[in-house]
Amino acid sequence: MTLFLLSIMVFLGGQVLPGNVGRAILGPFADQRAVDALNHTLGVDRPLLTQYWGWISNFVQGDMGTSYIFRSPVAPFVIDALGNSMKLAAVAFVLVVPIGILGGVVAALNLNRPLDRIISLGGLSVTVLPEFVTGIILILIFGVWLRWLPISAAWPRNAGFFTQLYYLILPSLPLFLVLFGYIARMARSGMIEALDSDYTRTAVLKGLPWRTVIWRHVLRNALLPTITVIATQTGYLIGGLVVIETLFRYQGIGSLIFTAARGKDFPMLESGILTIGIVYAVATLVADFLYSVLNPRIRLGSDQ
Amino acid sequence: MTKSAKAKNALELTDLSVAYRVAGRNRAVLRNLSLTIGQGEAYGLVGESGCGKSTVALTVVRYLPRNGSITGGAISLDGQDVMKLDAEALRRARAESVSMVYQDPGKALNPSIRVGRQLTEIFELGGISGQAATDRAIAMLNRVRISDPTSVMQRYPHQLSGGMQQRVAIAMALANDPSMLILDEPTTGLDATVEAEVLDLIAQLRQELSASILFISHNLAVVSNMCDRVGVLYAGMLVEEGPTDVIFNDPRHPYTVALLRCLPRGGQRKDQGRLDTIPGFLPGIGADIKGCAFADRCALADDRCRSELPPLYDLGGRLSRCFHHDKAQALPRATPSDVAPAPKAAAAPVLRVAGLNKTYASHGHALRAVKDVSLDLRPGETLGLVGESGSGKTTFARLLLGLVPPDEGGTIELEGKALAPRLENRSDDQIKAMQIVFQNPDSALNRSHSIRHLIGRALKRLAGLSGKALDARLNDLVRSVRLTDRHLAVKPRQLSGGLKQRVAIARAFAGDPRIVVCDEPTSALDVSVQAAILNLLADLQSKEDVSYIFISHDLAVVRYLSDKIAVLYLGRIMELGPSEDVFSGPHHPYTEALLSAVPKLDQTETARIRLDGEIPSATNPPSGCVFHTRCPRKIGPICEQQEPPLSEAQPGHSIRCHIPYAELARLQKAAVTEPA
Repeated sequence: MTLFLLSIMVFLGGQVLPGNVGRAILGPFADQRAVDALNHTLGVDRPLLTQYWGWISNFVQGDMGTSYIFRSPVAPFVIDALGNSMKLAAVAFVLVVPIGILGGVVAALNLNRPLDRIISLGGLSVTVLPEFVTGIILILIFGVWLRWLPISAAWPRNAGFFTQLYYLILPSLPLFLVLFGYIARMARSGMIEALDSDYTRTAVLKGLPWRTVIWRHVLRNALLPTITVIATQTGYLIGGLVVIETLFRYQGIGSLIFTAARGKDFPMLESGILTIGIVYAVATLVADFLYSVLNPRIRLGSDQ
Repeated sequence: MTKSAKAKNALELTDLSVAYRVAGRNRAVLRNLSLTIGQGEAYGLVGESGCGKSTVALTVVRYLPRNGSITGGAISLDGQDVMKLDAEALRRARAESVSMVYQDPGKALNPSIRVGRQLTEIFELGGISGQAATDRAIAMLNRVRISDPTSVMQRYPHQLSGGMQQRVAIAMALANDPSMLILDEPTTGLDATVEAEVLDLIAQLRQELSASILFISHNLAVVSNMCDRVGVLYAGMLVEEGPTDVIFNDPRHPYTVALLRCLPRGGQRKDQGRLDTIPGFLPGIGADIKGCAFADRCALADDRCRSELPPLYDLGGRLSRCFHHDKAQALPRATPSDVAPAPKAAAAPVLRVAGLNKTYASHGHALRAVKDVSLDLRPGETLGLVGESGSGKTTFARLLLGLVPPDEGGTIELEGKALAPRLENRSDDQIKAMQIVFQNPDSALNRSHSIRHLIGRALKRLAGLSGKALDARLNDLVRSVRLTDRHLAVKPRQLSGGLKQRVAIARAFAGDPRIVVCDEPTSALDVSVQAAILNLLADLQSKEDVSYIFISHDLAVVRYLSDKIAVLYLGRIMELGPSEDVFSGPHHPYTEALLSAVPKLDQTETARIRLDGEIPSATNPPSGCVFHTRCPRKIGPICEQQEPPLSEAQPGHSIRCHIPYAELARLQKAAVTEPA
């Protein structure tokens, strides 16, 4: 349902953008008749509903249409870009999830002590900085001054896994900074709540060692809400990286959409956005599933 | 009993002082508290909320909140100085010698770990693991009378009922045979029938185990039934202490005297006189107390009381912290007992309900929350709704208010006119004629508005007033619920629970209602505040001729305020009649069991009737009489096959039971109890 609404919005959004497709492709000096002819070939002069139906029915069958600009099927571009984006997201994800959770847990265990303040304030300050600011700063530090890391994410052809990883570290750092504060804060508040709970008191008063109390009784309950947040952020990691991908000249789905939007390449634009929508939906589904697996109250709620 | 356990006391508090740090200042919560609990003794600690009861418990196990600290004194547990223990020794003490059970077992158990695991981990601490630990856990669950322990071990806490959860919590607390068991309001929030079961269990376990008990409760009756000795706590100080029956029958501190007077006892009713109240408020934590802490609220107080702290007078086996302990019982009433004669209901019914049903769909099954309820209510009358949770009390109230529509067929008539099933379709007059007061005024009042705004808005919406007329009515209304002008400017959170409930009552009365539904209006309040609210409701009723539908789990409170009682079970009326008839009997076996479950202050221990098991699921009610599965007076197959009709046993008094009225009378005569 959400995806259906998204597809309509994307489609209409593309239509109301000013400008003429044929004109955009052929340039300002082309003959008007040529522009009209091109528009006709592309089908953009058909009624809206027909255009939408043609696009969406093909999309559902796996055919994303033909790019106006490249005059070739859209699907390979989108899939390629999606794969690249996922690589970048995966690197950022692997970095930020454990460190973010650890930061939050450590902060909560040292509530109101200096370590907590450093983590909370630090996390918050880097989170509020937009990624293009942190991105540029990081490029300057690691790429230009220290020369530790390549400033572009575009790795050489046929690069191996580790080379790719090496190229992806710098672009993933701004993402790490954006998400770290967020995840740490969720983990921290979840921990604080769980530590204050009656069941933690029960566990402590049972005489369990502190370590057991934390590992067995606190963590699982404390991190449930964080899992949901992380999963929704997965969508952002894959779809919302226009700025980062542009900054690091990375062929991800964000930059693909950006290019398509500039060129009024609707099939590409619409398919790209819809693909991101699907990724979001899947991520949320996985989050709900994970949450219910970890939370017996939801898993078994219906047999009561 | 005090002196007999000289050898080694289970718990000794000596001059214990505890403070909470609030806004950068240490505020005293416990002030030089000394008490001793002997081996095997059960000691009750009573007092109103905020007097420091729970702080005592948390201090003993060294689990004070982050901002709490022990500022003086000593705690000796089984001869061990608790304050000198290092982390490891403290952990061992918690594992081996002291356990605690508290309110709300649903929160006390870890929601994501199976019950069995939560038990076995205790035995693992003692080096017992695997099958041996499982066996021990099962034995422990057997001990707390859980009938199918193997399957309970596999369940998660939320799959158990409240009573079962509390049994599991008690099993966990007793697993390592502690020498000291602290029970902090262990039955508060449970149904009366479940409470009775849990209390029975604790009493039985006391015989089997050696643990001494510190029993903390605001419920004086519960403490009086469970404890050998009792201490009365006020503002963090022990004001009176002694053997339980002596303290409750012959109190020697004005605070104890006043507390006991706040309770409706011995079947007291609203037309027999107001309840006494305690004026004023408990001193806030950290208040600077010169002299007697209770002096400000005590009619016996003189200059000496206000300037000099009374010592704990030893009155021979009992203590009282009062200069005037000899005349404490002569404490003048704070509220005159005289009442205006209640208007006698002669008029036509204000409310008439006929054949009301409500069926919910629950996972494809029909859940009959209310089944075939018919009754009527006259102006100025109170109908008390009684029954365990899940009996349909609240659903019935919601049907009346139009918050949920009833099934087709039933009728609700207000002053002779049929009411639309849904609130949206009722006229403004009908809506303002029926109002509600909730249990929790905190969530019922919008926190961001002032009291003036809250009541003023109700007057505008319900009474259609504005300008000068509104102000005049507002002042009237505020005075009639005994609030003063200075309360008007503040926000709800600046008021105490009792004052907030007054605001909620004022709001309900803004549109001159004919009927006010009171859904557990005093359950969250202390007894002294409860008394004031009950008085207020009774006064408003006799003045305005308003009718109440009063829902409460506290039968003494229901009895005090009600003219008529409806006893509900699985959505059906089991008994309906005048309050006195229903309470004094002969009554339905279910009513009999409910009354028998209530802990009573006046310890007339009679044969108790206990209901086994839980209220059955309304999606699959038992055949025949729905109560037959738990009925102590079941007579035979007829109970399982035929649903008895609600038949009139005496004029106005109907009972749904196969046993004839005369037979019920004969059966119950043997065990007639003097209820609450």
